[in-house]
Amino acid sequence: MPLLGTLALWLAFLVGLWGAITGFVGGAQGRADLQQSARHATLALLAALAIAVISLEIAIFRHDFSVAYVAGRTSRNLPTFYLWSALYSGQEGSLLFWAAVLSLFAVLAQVLTSRRHRAFLPYVAGVTSLVATFFIGVMLFAPANPFTRLPFTPLDGSGMNPQLQNPGMVFHPPMLYLGYISITIPFAFAIAALLTKKLDTEWMVAVRKWTIVSWLFLSIGLLIGMWWAYVELGWGGYWAWDPVENAALLPWLVMTAFLHSVMVQEKRGMLKKWNLALILGAWVLSIFGTFLTRSGVIASVHSFTESPVGYYFLAFLVAAVAACTVLYVTRLPLLEAEATLESILSREASFLFNNLLLIGLAFSVLWGTLFPIISEAVKGVKITYGVPTFNFVNIPLGLVLLLVTGIGPLIAWRRASTANLKRQFALPVTAGVFALLIFLVAGMRDVGALLAFSFGAFVLGTVFQEFARGARARHRQYGEPTWLAVFQLLSRNRRRYGGYIVHIGIVLLFMGFAGMAFKTETEATLRPGETAELRGRDGHLYSFTHLGISQYNTLNRYVTAALLEVKRDGKAIGRLRTEKRQHVDALGNKTFEPSTEVGIMSGLRVDLYVVLAGLVNGTEQAVFRFTINPLVWWVWFGGFVLVIGGLIVLWPGGPATGGTTPPRSQAGYAVKLEPAQ
Amino acid sequence: MKAGTKFALGAVLIIGSVGYLMASGIKQTGQYFLTPSELAQHVSTDPSFYDLGLKVGARVVRGTVSKDVASQTLSFHITDGTVNYPVVFKGLPPDTFTDSVEVVVEGRLQRDGVIHATNVLAKCGSRYEAVPKA
Ligand code: HEM
Repeated sequence: MPLLGTLALWLAFLVGLWGAITGFVGGAQGRADLQQSARHATLALLAALAIAVISLEIAIFRHDFSVAYVAGRTSRNLPTFYLWSALYSGQEGSLLFWAAVLSLFAVLAQVLTSRRHRAFLPYVAGVTSLVATFFIGVMLFAPANPFTRLPFTPLDGSGMNPQLQNPGMVFHPPMLYLGYISITIPFAFAIAALLTKKLDTEWMVAVRKWTIVSWLFLSIGLLIGMWWAYVELGWGGYWAWDPVENAALLPWLVMTAFLHSVMVQEKRGMLKKWNLALILGAWVLSIFGTFLTRSGVIASVHSFTESPVGYYFLAFLVAAVAACTVLYVTRLPLLEAEATLESILSREASFLFNNLLLIGLAFSVLWGTLFPIISEAVKGVKITYGVPTFNFVNIPLGLVLLLVTGIGPLIAWRRASTANLKRQFALPVTAGVFALLIFLVAGMRDVGALLAFSFGAFVLGTVFQEFARGARARHRQYGEPTWLAVFQLLSRNRRRYGGYIVHIGIVLLFMGFAGMAFKTETEATLRPGETAELRGRDGHLYSFTHLGISQYNTLNRYVTAALLEVKRDGKAIGRLRTEKRQHVDALGNKTFEPSTEVGIMSGLRVDLYVVLAGLVNGTEQAVFRFTINPLVWWVWFGGFVLVIGGLIVLWPGGPATGGTTPPRSQAGYAVKLEPAQ
Repeated sequence: MKAGTKFALGAVLIIGSVGYLMASGIKQTGQYFLTPSELAQHVSTDPSFYDLGLKVGARVVRGTVSKDVASQTLSFHITDGTVNYPVVFKGLPPDTFTDSVEVVVEGRLQRDGVIHATNVLAKCGSRYEAVPKA
């Protein structure tokens, strides 16, 4: 099997090269035979990489410890569920996974793209093949070949890091990778458009769908990652501005900016240069993120061990940025705007501010991630840019972004009249002010949280008003009952109302984030029967009674579990269990350090979060950390709403544009006839 | 004023505030990240480094870790090979903390020569790979 895998990799490498050459040359010379060959190459690439993936999975499932990768990451007693994820839980395997998923997307791009955009496809095949070939090349030459064999066959593997033995970990990396990897598709279309000089609005339509796809995958990956950090790492939060998290957030921010600014191009023929730059930038950031997490340049709890693989990525990054820049600059004359900004009180202007804020956020995240290196190079001292610094910068920016999320959708295109503004803003502003007053009266004094809640209410007010007006119009026109009218709105104008639902998700996420301003925490050493008390900021008094410790072995670990009885204001509300796990190999020897299994009781208002820190001298006296995290549930729920909204936007079929608004292309056309002064 | 000019003003305002936030954020919350040798050197030339919030990255000296579970106090020594500092930490160490692991200690160096830590982070080689057996 390992031999087959290596052979498949070599085959994939050659096929990828062939696909890249035929794609670019076939496209440039308009030779149908080469173009056809490039398309076939994407299929062959997928087949070869699929064989490699299957070979690796077989080696993993057969416990073939003669393969270094299998021996280093799995063991005989690893639960089957986690054997699957061993495929991408190490450097070499994840490179293979990357290449394989990219080749799958490459084929989908060839198959699913509509006939109108045929001209782009050879170049798209060329770009995707080239990128995949790079990844395969790294495996073969760095070397980071997942099929490398050990000179001897160990009896057992060294096992998987216990922090990875969590369901979140099975889904989180592939989802993030799917987001990351799929950015290559819009990027490939952008390159194709630059090369073919077909830079009209048309190509944007093709790119937008793919951008939403990868935006959605990236969103899901980020959310699952937050959830994993929360339930598995035990420090009580879900976001630590770790370089790996930042690396995934950066392209997400840039793509969110793109999804909005592309509307300005569709409607008004503006921002063409900017939009292209965003797509190229998002892709460069995704490769940069891959580089960051693999090179050991930036210390992170998450990073892979230092390896020469980083240099390959750096070289690739530099070459790619240079190539993109040259191509972009030579095409700039073709990207002139067809209109100018008419008023600062217009939808276009609000989108511009939306973009500035999102890119400002991205810049601050990037700067903060690189700051330790920069400060060392410039000042000779490493200065950290820690969680407090990130929060200091990004919370205000995030709050303004939240505010603008409410303002943008209410303002008319081109120029909003005062009457229009009054009509649009009366209700939402009232909602926002009302919320502010309520929370002030309730005694909340945290400025950030107050603003988050009142801006949130404002945005919810705008969305509610949009839905209500749309539904009322349908009710009047077609006599539909309200529920049907809302449903019809959603299904006939998916893009618009789906977007609003995404915005609701964002509001809920911000509410959840704001809740973290009110977390309370205590540590206590308890004998069985003893009780610790902690008052949450929701006003309730929670008490935790230590019921006792149990110890047992299961699967691949020794477990020490503590059971606690939880009461709210004296009334029992349930039991919590928290564990310390010592993972062992098949012979009972300890592997890894003990890990913590957090006990969480989740509710709409607060999460009770308990960590067992250890036992005192092996007795049943145990040390606990109790945390009350308000509103965390809303983060997960908000994420769910965001994903649903994204799916609605993406759902195929039906009229692409709404029944009530004129088609976008037409609207853009009107502008051309009426040149701006 | 033309719309373009107004927008440019708004843009300058936003970009300016991003820059201002970053600069003052670092001033107010940024911390030095030093090795024990660098810390010793700074302290000897500039006493203001005493009692200054900072981070020190080093390796735990094997055999120096003592844990008092009841009072949740952890004390150990860190070193970068040349300079050695004792550390006292009240709180729960991370799962990956062992004697000989690489740590980042967040806290203040007091005049008694002890680093009073507010946080200890243990660096595991990788999120994905086994901690190499030292
Ligand atoms: C992190 C924050 C935000 C996220 C994740 C987000 C996400 C989205 C998504 C996914 C769409 C659908 C896009 C499409 O179908 O092409 C959308 C639509 C929209 N967004 Fe946002 N958005 C955010 C903030 C903002 C802000 C700050 C504004 C202010 C200008 C804004 C204004 C709009 C508008 C006007 C629509 C389109 C509605 C329509 O088609 O008429 N969004 N948003």
